Amino acid sequence: MSQTLTLDGKSIPFNDGETIIQAATRAGVFIPHLCYHPEFKPHGSCKLCTVKVNGRQTASCTMRAAVGMVVESDTEEINAERRALTQMLFVEGNHFCPSCEKSGQCQLQATAYHLGMMSPHYDHFFPNRAVDASHPDFLLDFNRCILCSLCVRASRDVDGKNVFALSGRGIDTHLIVNARSGKLADTNFAEADKAAQVCPVGVILPKRRGFAVPIGERKYDKQPIDEIVAEGK
Amino acid sequence: MALTEMHAEAVAGVVDRVVARYRRDPSCMVQILREVQEACDWISPEAIDRLQLTLGVPRTKIEGVAGFYSFFYTQPRGKYRVLFSDNITDCMLGNRDLRDQLCNSLWIEPGKVSEDGLVSVAMTSCTGLCDQGPALLVNNYAIGGLTTERIDRVAELIRERVPMSAWPPEFFRIEDNIRRSDVLLSSDLEPGSALLAARARAPDEGLLASNMRSWREGLPSGIGGPVAVLDEIKRANLRGRGGAGFTTGLKWEACRNAQLKAGAQRIVVCNADEGEPGTFKDRVLLSKFPDLVFEGMTVAAYAVGATRGFIYLRGEYRYLLDHLNAVLSNRRREKLLGENILGIPGADFDIEIHLGAGAYVCGEESALIESLEGKRGTPRNRPPFPVTNGYLDQPTIVNNVETFAAAALIALKGGDWYAGIGTRHSAGTKLLSVSGDCLRPGIYEYPFGISIRQVLEDCGAEDVQAVQVSGPSGICIGPDEFDRIIGFEDIPTAGAFTIFNNSRDMFEVARNYVHFFQHESCGFCTPCRVGTSLLKNLMDKLHKGAGSPYDLAEIEKLNQLLQSMSHCGLGHTACNPVLDTIAKFRPAYEKRMMQKDFTPAFDLDRALAAARQMTGRDDAAAHLTTHNGGAA
Repeated sequence: MSQTLTLDGKSIPFNDGETIIQAATRAGVFIPHLCYHPEFKPHGSCKLCTVKVNGRQTASCTMRAAVGMVVESDTEEINAERRALTQMLFVEGNHFCPSCEKSGQCQLQATAYHLGMMSPHYDHFFPNRAVDASHPDFLLDFNRCILCSLCVRASRDVDGKNVFALSGRGIDTHLIVNARSGKLADTNFAEADKAAQVCPVGVILPKRRGFAVPIGERKYDKQPIDEIVAEGK
Repeated sequence: MALTEMHAEAVAGVVDRVVARYRRDPSCMVQILREVQEACDWISPEAIDRLQLTLGVPRTKIEGVAGFYSFFYTQPRGKYRVLFSDNITDCMLGNRDLRDQLCNSLWIEPGKVSEDGLVSVAMTSCTGLCDQGPALLVNNYAIGGLTTERIDRVAELIRERVPMSAWPPEFFRIEDNIRRSDVLLSSDLEPGSALLAARARAPDEGLLASNMRSWREGLPSGIGGPVAVLDEIKRANLRGRGGAGFTTGLKWEACRNAQLKAGAQRIVVCNADEGEPGTFKDRVLLSKFPDLVFEGMTVAAYAVGATRGFIYLRGEYRYLLDHLNAVLSNRRREKLLGENILGIPGADFDIEIHLGAGAYVCGEESALIESLEGKRGTPRNRPPFPVTNGYLDQPTIVNNVETFAAAALIALKGGDWYAGIGTRHSAGTKLLSVSGDCLRPGIYEYPFGISIRQVLEDCGAEDVQAVQVSGPSGICIGPDEFDRIIGFEDIPTAGAFTIFNNSRDMFEVARNYVHFFQHESCGFCTPCRVGTSLLKNLMDKLHKGAGSPYDLAEIEKLNQLLQSMSHCGLGHTACNPVLDTIAKFRPAYEKRMMQKDFTPAFDLDRALAAARQMTGRDDAAAHLTTHNGGAA
């Protein structure tokens, strides 16, 4: 690991083939992200992890690290853009944190706090999205979907099931499940699936498990997301 | 019940036939879905059942692809599916009135299916008939030159359920409208002659060399027939005609030098997904000069050592498919395609045509490749680039139709000849698709370096307020810039040249383009998916009279974000029409700023419209007077 790049003025090492976000995470530097997950092939769609490389914006989850690269991440300019993207995700769906079971464990919410998002800023879209409660053990609340496709990748690449996929286009892009009825109950989705555990927001939720941990004592309530990721927890 | 079962059986029969023709290959998903829909009018759950079974792919994959493309329907859309082209030129020619006329005479609402399930009428992005609009598609077949009389006749034909094969053939006649020809459009290339000329440049190596990588790989550069062709292309200083202007020789060389994995081959793709609103030159090239294009592709295959070729033809040009396939068959008969081209052992190359299905983003080369592979047309993360990891992870070049046509001429007549045409930085000629406010819309071929003013004079445009060069993703030019020239050193273009006279409202032009980008955003990345919708809402807010300087500032901030954070060129350029028109036609925006202070876009009175419609009321008591724009 003799190779290094410069991230926000600090020299950090990287291995061959590593992306910028991988090198940053190992060096204990947090770069906000939602669709990126260290266990999966990077997707590069949420754009939260965008950094400036040699003066040009690029997603740090897909860009390979290179010797001598000068990367800016934690700057007011880039954080303002990340904040705007987070606001876009909030108004695109229906996110009512106070009544959401995922509150305090939600990566979108924690990222919004991290970026100092004080309001949704844009007009809400208030899309009409039905909830799928057909499955005996799991609830799908599509209102909170941010289209990160982590469940798609987990089901396809880890579970080998293809339970989830994205359909539609543009602002009508939406999550679908692998059944003619369109209902989760008619798929082979199971509690042990990796796909049941990767949703960064509150779409895929186990049933009959409400407020097991009180609000205020949850993961991101106790410690901000940047510290948790930087400490490798 | 019995009917349903029969129907399911019939659908299964269609699916089996189509799937068999595509060798049960899921990478042909887009083609399979298109043919199933052509036979069944829509892609029903029964059809998806059968596809799942015969292709052995998960249902999510089929539904994901079917849901991506505008021309695929997973809900019934009628026996006759009418789509009006909604480019700004169609709007200027009154497409909305014609649509409403058709809807009224068929008793349907725009966007909905008639109660008897016979017909639907909706809007679609530019269909590439801007020089002979307004235009529409019926079941993806184009009809141009719409008039109220023609619309009446269409309504009649639909009501009487006349099969489309029995509709008047003149409805489907598409004009070439070639107004000015230069080297490309006046060429009468003898099929095969460019290939022979290319081969003659290196008699010792010949076509054979391109297909025998194993021993040629070790040769120093500069030796061999393919290298001789590459040298000509480089000497010609040919740059891509699709808009980005990448140096063709470099692209081809990178593909040629890319390592081949075992069992892999090199691929040549012709990008005929001419989706940029206002562009229609590739349609004319393909309908009038298909041999020139195919020959250029074969020359490219020779240069890079490719054995497989594709044409990705936009779905709106469905009517060209049979003609193009006939030309390809002819070339196979003439030994200009297939195995042992021109009788040379090992010189193998063939071309197949894939049709798009209504997705502008597939003009982006990596999205195009995804679509060719039978997937959703989402642009890939790059690097790696297609020249090393393209179609099915094989080295692939993607070039515009016009680029291949030019390559054929270069192979025939040499790079020096070609470089002598145009300017020092922009060699050769450029086809312009001229439309909008002018007397003679159509195709104009000029050597690079032609001024905007000269083009306007030639096409008979008067009282010109603005020209949109290269479509919505290009730039908007005002009269003080008409002495600027077409060329990579000044105004690069993919070919669209849309003219607006002084009677046009440039704000409405920009709003039309913003709607276009919003409709065509693939939805993959957050900034473009949400940002284009926010931008559309803001432009609509201004249009409705609720705009204030605050909204203009918001538009400018969104523009910034889209440019810096978007995944691909669609998002990067989605703001261009707004930024340009704000900079150059600010009064058109000032006029819309009817509010001094921030005013909500939400209008309570307008929100009650649905209730008024349901109750059949429109009296004063059914309206609210609000303090914002709604009251005006």
